Amino acid sequence: MSKVIKFLQGNEACVEGALMAGMRFYSGYPITPSTEIAELSSEKLPKVGGKFIQMEDEIAGIAAAIGASLTGKKAMTATSGPGFSLKQENIGYAAIAEIPLVVVNVQRGGPSTGLPTSPGQGDVMQAKWGTHGDHPVICLTPDSVKETFDLTIRAFNLAEKYRTPVILLTDEITGHMREKIEIPEVSELEIYDRVMPEKGADYKAYRLDEGDLVPKMAPFGSGFRYHVTGLMHDETGFPSNSTENADVLIKRLMGKIEANKEDIITYEAYETDDAEYLILSYGGTARTAKAAVKKLRAEGIKVGLFRLITVWPFPEEQVRALSEQVKDILVAELNFGQIKLEVERVVKGNANVRLCGKANGEILTPEELMKAFKEVL
Amino acid sequence: MSDQLELRLSGSGGQGLITAGIILAEAAIRDQKNAIQTQSYGPEARGGASKAEVIISNEAIDFPKVTIPNMTFALTQVAANKYISDVSEEGTVIVDDSIELPEGIVAKHIYKLPIIEAARNDVGKEIVANIIALGVIVGLTKIVTEESLEAAIMARIPKGTETLNQMALQKGYELANQSK
Amino acid sequence: MNNPLVENYFRVDKLPHIWCPGCGHGIIMSAIARAIEKSGLDKDKVCIVSGIGCSSRAPGYMDFNTLHTTHGRALAFATGVKLANPELEVIVIAGDGDLSAIGGNHLIHAARRNINLTTICFNNNIYGMTGGQYSPTTATGDKGTTAPYGNIDRPFDITQLAAGAGATYAAKATVYHVNQLQKYIEAAIGHKGFSMVEAVSVCPTYYGRKNKKGSAVDMMNWLKDSFVDMKIAEKMPEKAVGKFVMGEYVNKVEPEYTELYDQVIERLKG
Repeated sequence: MSKVIKFLQGNEACVEGALMAGMRFYSGYPITPSTEIAELSSEKLPKVGGKFIQMEDEIAGIAAAIGASLTGKKAMTATSGPGFSLKQENIGYAAIAEIPLVVVNVQRGGPSTGLPTSPGQGDVMQAKWGTHGDHPVICLTPDSVKETFDLTIRAFNLAEKYRTPVILLTDEITGHMREKIEIPEVSELEIYDRVMPEKGADYKAYRLDEGDLVPKMAPFGSGFRYHVTGLMHDETGFPSNSTENADVLIKRLMGKIEANKEDIITYEAYETDDAEYLILSYGGTARTAKAAVKKLRAEGIKVGLFRLITVWPFPEEQVRALSEQVKDILVAELNFGQIKLEVERVVKGNANVRLCGKANGEILTPEELMKAFKEVL
Repeated sequence: MSDQLELRLSGSGGQGLITAGIILAEAAIRDQKNAIQTQSYGPEARGGASKAEVIISNEAIDFPKVTIPNMTFALTQVAANKYISDVSEEGTVIVDDSIELPEGIVAKHIYKLPIIEAARNDVGKEIVANIIALGVIVGLTKIVTEESLEAAIMARIPKGTETLNQMALQKGYELANQSK
Repeated sequence: MNNPLVENYFRVDKLPHIWCPGCGHGIIMSAIARAIEKSGLDKDKVCIVSGIGCSSRAPGYMDFNTLHTTHGRALAFATGVKLANPELEVIVIAGDGDLSAIGGNHLIHAARRNINLTTICFNNNIYGMTGGQYSPTTATGDKGTTAPYGNIDRPFDITQLAAGAGATYAAKATVYHVNQLQKYIEAAIGHKGFSMVEAVSVCPTYYGRKNKKGSAVDMMNWLKDSFVDMKIAEKMPEKAVGKFVMGEYVNKVEPEYTELYDQVIERLKG
């Protein structure tokens, strides 16, 4: 059977991917430029026996999704900048209580209400540090409609596998752009489903099996009566004020991501083998960067592109290795240097790090980027 | 990248130009090409000036926005003032005949055609101006095959409006032929 | 301890609870347990959800599927639990501040949807956990640590608030009138749709001391003297002058949210 070819928006591809990954619950609040995700979810979920609910605000949108996830349903909520700010407290809740969840942020221009219908990439650091306290973060960012589909599935898989909220950080460019996409058969996809614990008299909700960093999760209603809290808790799930216990828990929460970086981190290295210069970019802006790299290569300049697909955890080792090879790294992003700071941190002075950024609602053009690039020559 | 075609369709919100852009891109995909469609719009759902951009290529399309359009199209004066003048010198400009062209436009072909009037009077529904526009654009530029265009239109429009849209498409081709 | 109710419905190893001597919350918690027992619910199918505050610690002591969420958000989490799995009997425990201040938006919308959740408001008229600040139910003129000169805010009547927002069951009783309270909680659990029981509690430690209300016993006596049953108030209005009215404010049948959603799913199959 031939593959289904569709012409979809990034936001639509997100929903198609989510459904294939097994999403059966969506709760959210309307906000530009993410609303198509809610609209399409409301249309498609009841057709597969899933549930959609438009909640009274952004906070309730994520709260209901966490509640649904606790009953064993794969759950998602989507928003944009202002709503992402409102969701932060419960992102932290999902992190400490280890509730699988996908949070989509279709980035627009900020701060505040900012530029609702224009792209931005100013929420990269908020995706990492937006909620209070130290906490693990997985954040993925696609550069195309097809990759939005793929990464939505991956976001669900990682959320379930590591019992953590996963942030799919798209932007108005990829969210609203339409492209050709081949939709695969579900059987061709790798779908990760939650692992149930075994029943037993000594059941403990957050106990780890030998060698594991992630406890198995039972849905509410399945006969395991356990307690879930946003307080520091011990392996039983009940609150604990013990500093020794808090130390164990927070280190495990951070450690489960750190120890699995190889599994979580993905990136694209384009024309980097012989590169003397590097452009580093991500999301919709990486398309501008790739166009610029092609044009610069055509002029005989040995430049490559490093594209972040996983933003958090940051691909430190890969970027550091390239920094030993190239003279200059130009970071292209729609903000005033959020990832540039991170690149500076990891390259430790190995290479010059520069920024080509803006945050006025326009996307970077290849010409702008080439001009900024050539300043180094 | 030399075979890449960049098109911009503009008009007032609610005229269906974004749908027209999507149909054009879908027709290109039916022709086994790559296509990408983007849009920009203001806060208003109706009125204002909206644009849809389409890039068609045999290769992968990196930068998604139009830089130097091979063709610009406008249905309203406001859209024409904003969105058609940066057309390539080798390119084509198509506007509704109600529009006064902004000064200083340089293009190989410039067409002013009674699209809205044809929608209103000949087909009888102003809402199909976007489909007439597609007939005009494809009739004049051949950027996609007529076969793919028709299939793409039929796949997008609401059921029960096939005859109306077929009439509109034929009207578009007719306007294109008359002005050649 | 040889109390079958405690052994069957509480996590005995998590007791004693953290509440102060004289606090009314334990009375409400045990009334909920007795109501659940009377209703014959399967423990595995009961989910108790709370937010933040003194009352919100209750689920930790209760042997069900329990979810202690963020401040004010219990009803939003509970909505997700219930809609995702309507088989679960979802009971929300929330304090007056949790439910009507930071969570006020969720309260009115859960009531508006008529989703089958049972909400028990532990109303002690004060923010206890943070040390005695005035809440949306603190009476005008009363003192709190943030109202040292007397509260100038007007208080909410939470039962009427829920009723006004569309709750199809709304009742009020006090920790003194515990049999009545338990009866209302039972009715709320049995009710299909959004139900709310306002359980008026006492906080001798903060509210009582700040407002010179005397001992816990004095405060219980105050409840006894200040509340009158709705049926008596209706028959003999003179007995209700200057008093608070307890009883069932609303009890009606309207389409329930999760059932309506299931109907949409069924319709799409056809």
